[in-house]
Amino acid sequence: MKFVRTSGNAKRPRPRAQFDLRGRLLLVGCAMALGAAALVVRAVDLQLIDNDFYQKQADARFLREIPIPTSRGMITDRNGEPLAVSSPVESLWVNPQQIADDPDALARLAGATGLPLDYLTRQVSRYKDKEFMYVPRHRRISPAAAQKILALGIPGVYSQREFRRFYPQGEVVAHVLGFTNVDDRGQEGIELAFDEWLSGKPGVQRVIRDRHGRIVEHVDLVRPAEPGKDLVLSIDRRIQYLAYKELKRTLLETGASSGSVVILDVPTGEVLAMANLPSYNNNRITSGARDAYRNRAVTDLLEPGSTMKPLTVAAALEKGVITPTTRIDTSPGWIPNGKYRTTDLRNYGVLDTTGIITKSSNVGVAKIVRMLGDREFYEFLRRFGYGERTGSGFPGEAAGVLPEPSRWSGTHKQTMSYGYGLSVTPLQIARAYAAIGNGGIAVTPTFVKGQRGEARRVLDPKVAEQVMKMMQTVTEPGGTATRAAILGYHVAGKTGTARRSRAGGYERRYIAFFAGLVPVDKPRFAMVAVVNDPDPSRGGSTYGGGYVSAPLFARVMEGALRLMDVPPDDIDTWLAAQAAEEARRARAAGGAAMPATGGAQ
Amino acid sequence: MIARALALVLVAAVVITAIGIAHARHRHRQLYIEITRLERARDELNIEFGRLQIEQATWAESNRIDQVARQRLGMRFPSTQEIVVVRP
Repeated sequence: MKFVRTSGNAKRPRPRAQFDLRGRLLLVGCAMALGAAALVVRAVDLQLIDNDFYQKQADARFLREIPIPTSRGMITDRNGEPLAVSSPVESLWVNPQQIADDPDALARLAGATGLPLDYLTRQVSRYKDKEFMYVPRHRRISPAAAQKILALGIPGVYSQREFRRFYPQGEVVAHVLGFTNVDDRGQEGIELAFDEWLSGKPGVQRVIRDRHGRIVEHVDLVRPAEPGKDLVLSIDRRIQYLAYKELKRTLLETGASSGSVVILDVPTGEVLAMANLPSYNNNRITSGARDAYRNRAVTDLLEPGSTMKPLTVAAALEKGVITPTTRIDTSPGWIPNGKYRTTDLRNYGVLDTTGIITKSSNVGVAKIVRMLGDREFYEFLRRFGYGERTGSGFPGEAAGVLPEPSRWSGTHKQTMSYGYGLSVTPLQIARAYAAIGNGGIAVTPTFVKGQRGEARRVLDPKVAEQVMKMMQTVTEPGGTATRAAILGYHVAGKTGTARRSRAGGYERRYIAFFAGLVPVDKPRFAMVAVVNDPDPSRGGSTYGGGYVSAPLFARVMEGALRLMDVPPDDIDTWLAAQAAEEARRARAAGGAAMPATGGAQ
Repeated sequence: MIARALALVLVAAVVITAIGIAHARHRHRQLYIEITRLERARDELNIEFGRLQIEQATWAESNRIDQVARQRLGMRFPSTQEIVVVRP
């Protein structure tokens, strides 16, 4: 069959006329032109019409915008000493897509990081469809340690720069500074209050990455990184340390459970030191011990006890109902207050106004406050900032409790006159005392150096001076706080011993206060020392502010006065003490050789 | 004739700008690499500075100074008896 047909065809060749060359060429040409046209159309479509879409698709596959990390601003004390510094650390990460199916790489990584291999394998396979996973327990490690692991060249293991906060002073300034979280955002204290200012803006750069996430080329800088701004605090590191150290010593000596010290610069309202115990190390934040994180000096509400008395007296003096020499009979040492009694430690007999402050007579101030109207007394305390936040801007600052006169019971005013029935923070006490020392001008406390707080007159300057003179007698012989005296300086202050309140009454436990100003001539520092729950069985029967908190005040202030070069305002006492010492030395020299301790000439 | 000359000039201009663009792009990349390198160097120096500051602050920590002064150097605060007051 085959053969027959072939031979048949050969015998009968196709006639020439039937072969249409032009037609065929035209057909092929058309087909090719169509194809070319289709290509051109497609090219136009790709290059011109849908260009954006495809470019985006391509970019999405290779171009990446990656952040440029930036550091948080430094916090320094008023003399430029660093209190919080950001330092770079490395965070190791892996690309699970790349490493999950590579048991060799996983084994090497496990060996280098000290992580159990099965745990690492489990973690990696869990995030198998992701491109990024932190290596467990290797976030924020030292750059040197990260370099060591990276140097092994394990595929799919990378490192990312982050910043960690270091606090060289540790627990000494922990409450003021606060701390940051793992994302470098402020969580507490100044770190939180000034988070905006301190944190920088991370920059963005555009890079081309290959399939494995390696950066092939830096294409462009979208936005440069803006580092955080530095912050200069009003805190003086040396005074802060002194306050912390002495507070710690006081707590150890008296067996107290907690305490606070606040030191304000009187003319400017700057917080020079603010120390609390118990404290914590803000370099190492753990989830436990939340109690120690509290900045007690601004968050804890306490009944101010007798530190209230100078304010009560100032209110009456300003009203003109008493003068510093008005005589008030405090016998028999108690006075009724509703169905209760206001009592003194003993019967002081007839005292003048100054004497009431010197001896801290409850009966005396109770009689004085009876000469004042409810509203007047309330408004006066309000002016001194009791019952409202000081405006320091510290996160979590408490406003205190100062009840409205309309809510007072019959005994309320008298109780308040010696510091019960209202609650204040140690910072509020410090601010009120600073106002008295500042000639009656209250300045909003601030934690930032050179940022002058709002100043407001709250007391007649003459009354302020009178109250200062009264408070000076407290630290002089016969007063309740002779232990607060500092050689060479006149000290004005007031002790306070408040029973700790608890639900339903008062405990037999105490809070020892001392609030003072120094030097009296031109007050520079206002300091409040609060010691909570000192053990009365230690150091005799005295639990009072005069015994526990006054020496703390004297020791801290003595150092602070020297550190800040405050000239003494009481040189005569100093000279007298020196003359006595010289006489003693002369006697000793007459008897035997000079004692070895008499070093200074 | 003029048209041909114009075309020639234009072709030459196109070629020159093309080369110019390629060159500019190359320069841009090189400079970008340079600036990244310099920025990295700057960051390293800043980081080193920060590290040194931390180190300095750690050495200058008040507690440490206090202890070194008292124990190793045998220093103490002069007692009031040892202070001589000079009347101004």
